[in-house]
Amino acid sequence: MVGLYVALVLIGWINIYAAVYNEEHRSIFDISQNYGRQLVWIVTSVVLALFILAVDAKFYNAFSFILYLLMLVLLVAVLFLGKEISGAKAWFQLGSFSIQPSEFAKVTTALALARYMGTMDINLKSFRTQLNTILIIGIPVVLILLENDTGTALMFAGFVIVLFREGISNKIMLTGLFIIVLSVLSLVLDHLLLIGILAVSAIMAIFIRRHGRSLKKILIILGLLVLATGYVFAVDLAFDNLLEEHQQNRVKVLLGIEDDPRGIGYNVNQSKIAIGSGGFFGKGFLQGTQTKFDFVPAQSTDFIFCTVGEEWGFLGSTIVVGLYVLLIVRIILKAERQRTTFSRIYGYGVASILFTHFAINIGMTIGVAPVIGIPLPFLSYGGSSLWAFTIMLFIFIKLDIKRLELI
Amino acid sequence: MKAQDEQRKLIIIGFILLIGVIFIFRLFYLQIIDKSYILSAQNNVVRVITQYPARGLIYDRHGELMVYNEAAFDLMVIPSQVTAFDTLEFSQLIGLDKEEIKERLMKAKKYSMRKASIFEKQISKESFSFFKEKLHKFPGFYVQSRTLRYYPTRIAAHTLGYIGEASPMTIEEDPYYKSGDYIGISGLEKTYEGVLRGKKGVKRVLVDVFGREKGSFQEGKFDSTAVKGQDIYISIDAKLQAYGERLMTNKKGSIVAIEPSTGEILALVSAPAYDPNLLVGRVRSTNYQILSADSLQPLFNRALSATYPPGSTFKSINALIALQEGISTPSTTYGCQGTATVPIKCSHYHSNPLNMYRAIEISCNPYFWQTFRSIMVSRSDIHDSYTMWRRHVLSFGFGARFNSDLFNESKGFIPQPGYYDKYFGKNGWKALTIRSLSIGQGEILATPLQLANFAAIIANRGYYYKPHLLRSINDSIPDADYREKMMTTISPVHCQVVVEGMSRVMDGPEGTGRWYRVPDIAICGKTGTAENPHGKDHSIFVSFAPKDNPKIAVAVVVENSGFGATWAAPIATLMIEKYINGEVKRLNVEENMVTSNLIDSR
Repeated sequence: MVGLYVALVLIGWINIYAAVYNEEHRSIFDISQNYGRQLVWIVTSVVLALFILAVDAKFYNAFSFILYLLMLVLLVAVLFLGKEISGAKAWFQLGSFSIQPSEFAKVTTALALARYMGTMDINLKSFRTQLNTILIIGIPVVLILLENDTGTALMFAGFVIVLFREGISNKIMLTGLFIIVLSVLSLVLDHLLLIGILAVSAIMAIFIRRHGRSLKKILIILGLLVLATGYVFAVDLAFDNLLEEHQQNRVKVLLGIEDDPRGIGYNVNQSKIAIGSGGFFGKGFLQGTQTKFDFVPAQSTDFIFCTVGEEWGFLGSTIVVGLYVLLIVRIILKAERQRTTFSRIYGYGVASILFTHFAINIGMTIGVAPVIGIPLPFLSYGGSSLWAFTIMLFIFIKLDIKRLELI
Repeated sequence: MKAQDEQRKLIIIGFILLIGVIFIFRLFYLQIIDKSYILSAQNNVVRVITQYPARGLIYDRHGELMVYNEAAFDLMVIPSQVTAFDTLEFSQLIGLDKEEIKERLMKAKKYSMRKASIFEKQISKESFSFFKEKLHKFPGFYVQSRTLRYYPTRIAAHTLGYIGEASPMTIEEDPYYKSGDYIGISGLEKTYEGVLRGKKGVKRVLVDVFGREKGSFQEGKFDSTAVKGQDIYISIDAKLQAYGERLMTNKKGSIVAIEPSTGEILALVSAPAYDPNLLVGRVRSTNYQILSADSLQPLFNRALSATYPPGSTFKSINALIALQEGISTPSTTYGCQGTATVPIKCSHYHSNPLNMYRAIEISCNPYFWQTFRSIMVSRSDIHDSYTMWRRHVLSFGFGARFNSDLFNESKGFIPQPGYYDKYFGKNGWKALTIRSLSIGQGEILATPLQLANFAAIIANRGYYYKPHLLRSINDSIPDADYREKMMTTISPVHCQVVVEGMSRVMDGPEGTGRWYRVPDIAICGKTGTAENPHGKDHSIFVSFAPKDNPKIAVAVVVENSGFGATWAAPIATLMIEKYINGEVKRLNVEENMVTSNLIDSR
């Protein structure tokens, strides 16, 4: 895992250099440029990692709630003291660097979740447990949403994977899935058609399950139908009123409702052009024209994968995708061999968060996920995210090293 | 581990692998299968920038610079880079009021936030240097240079012509031109467009999303440098041209001076003229409208495009034809009863009868009517006679264009026999019907250029070189066409008769031009007074000098001014004096010509 970590961080650094590279600042160590600064972040991350490994493994379990509460305080504080960058008030300004607490909130939330669900024989089927779990995840989400940092907040949805592993019932999972599918369909399809489809499936459900047919069940199905119909309209209402216009547009572009390569679809289109022009072997290190010349927005942060795709081609991108899959799967396998529930759940938390970022970030650069402003773990430029992911991963590494001592 | 947990672990891992595989497939599609993205990438970053060459310069025959390029500056703006600025200071610098500035900024924004658009066209060099120091105060604004034509001598506007943006039609016809390119529109600028324009170069640069240049594309492998246009030397004598324009001040008409031994045009004056600098740069369209609305038609190049009845200057031709055809001899005499003569009266009082020399000296109408009549009855059919006559006339270059390097020549008009058939019926006309032709009136029309060429023919005793303007392009002398002797149908011996006659016009006791002798130059000339339907007669004079080994042939037309001897003759002799002696001693004549206003007194 440490090897994979090092590999990804170095790939990130090289590609940030390539993305920002210009003739005036040739040195990769130039601190005035993003790649120079990323080196600072990398070095400090190594120090952090060593520090984490030095701390007693029991500390994380013991202090998880305290860290979690501290983080909530910071999240509230940033609402009042934070600095606004591109519309989100999510940063503390410290000299020339800024820190984004919401990145670290993922770590503390994972810890708190692991602690809560790992304490006793928690029964995920009880309403009380469910409520507490939702609160642990929900409070930071709400605070981050208040910061107007929707992207980061959305990443907390990744914890669903943890809940799934820990035994959340299939019904809840399926209901969730149904709601997601219904939401998408209600944006894409004509409402009457969709309601028609729902009604037909409801009637079919009633007739197919002949033997268990009772008035109660029929009423339940009909009740669900009414709920679903209401939901279809609610989605539209929420979409139009709750989401910001640029968020609506990003969803619309992804779903193919609107297509405007120069306007709202610009980011994705340019990103696809950059990646697509890479070919099999890519254009070579520093040879990328699309990313280097700022055609792709945020190319050293959220769209860093474009540089990989353009300069290293299909080969390089596949390797990077492979590295992520390998890392995440390894974390899961290691999580499974943990002896404490805390360590296992935390491991799953790490894997889930990494996976969500990986899936959404790369997905958006190749046009299969909506554009959500989140970093690609370890690769993207940014101190907060690199630190946060490093801390997150190395806590698990420490737990894994000490797994035989932790009971 | 519970079975359910094991199962869910596998589901989760499977899901992660699935996403990974989907990504790899998607990447495979984007990067390997779909080639369109590679093309998009090229369009995105390589921008083709045209390098404009400097246009060739134009020099006169003595190497005096007549047209050169001067840098002008367009003030450009990129709205997205504009920050709040001191509009008061800006408006003082640029000379626009606040409202106008705001309006133009809005216009630029509407065009594009990130692309540059012209804020103010062609600011002067002075305001540019002033502006340059302050430019840092106004981010988003910058200055782009562009070359304009300048005419230091301020003369020969019609001859030099002007340049302007290529029309959509031109762009469609010739792929060399792109929208906004300059092209010669009239005069030499048009005729020698291909020589003067040079060759545009192409530079391919990589640009980023904001259109900022980031260096050359593939080390400039595909670039071509602009090739400067070639300089041309023209036959115009700038001093003579300027003098001619001065003489024509406040007159309508033209002067054409030709070097008979080469056909090179020394001066080509059309009056009223205009300052060629008026049709340059930002003032061009305004001035063009003013000039084209002027009832005196200053844009019209009378020297090449206007046609006049040649009047009495044409009598010499009839004399030459009669001599050539053996119808007359120099000593053939006809009688003249002065104003009582039929069918054409004589306006002069002179001794009687008279031979050809004296007829030319005095410009006796009846004499040339008799000559013309003899020509027209020399064949049994008037058609044959007229066709013969016309063939001789055409050999002088009348009735057709020379098709050298002159812009917008008129053909003039020498009617075909069919023309008269149409008017009078096939057998309805005879010499008497077309008697006006004997004295250069009637249907025939000639341009001042043709008249000057006619003078050059007499000077050469029977041949000419195509009148033209080009001397050399970058020291190489082109176009053998201009060095081909164009023979007329008339033998030199007969021409000598007319030379003598024209000499007596100036030197004879009754010569119609005798008042404007130049003491030490033997000038040969012929006056003409062209009646015309547009008012007072045109005053015409054709001449050359010196009589032997002529250096210059001049034709002058002064519209609606009266007798040929009154205006055209003095102007022509002043031109000759100026050209041959380099200075004019007859200052009273010069003064009189320059100060006379024949436009307002009309």
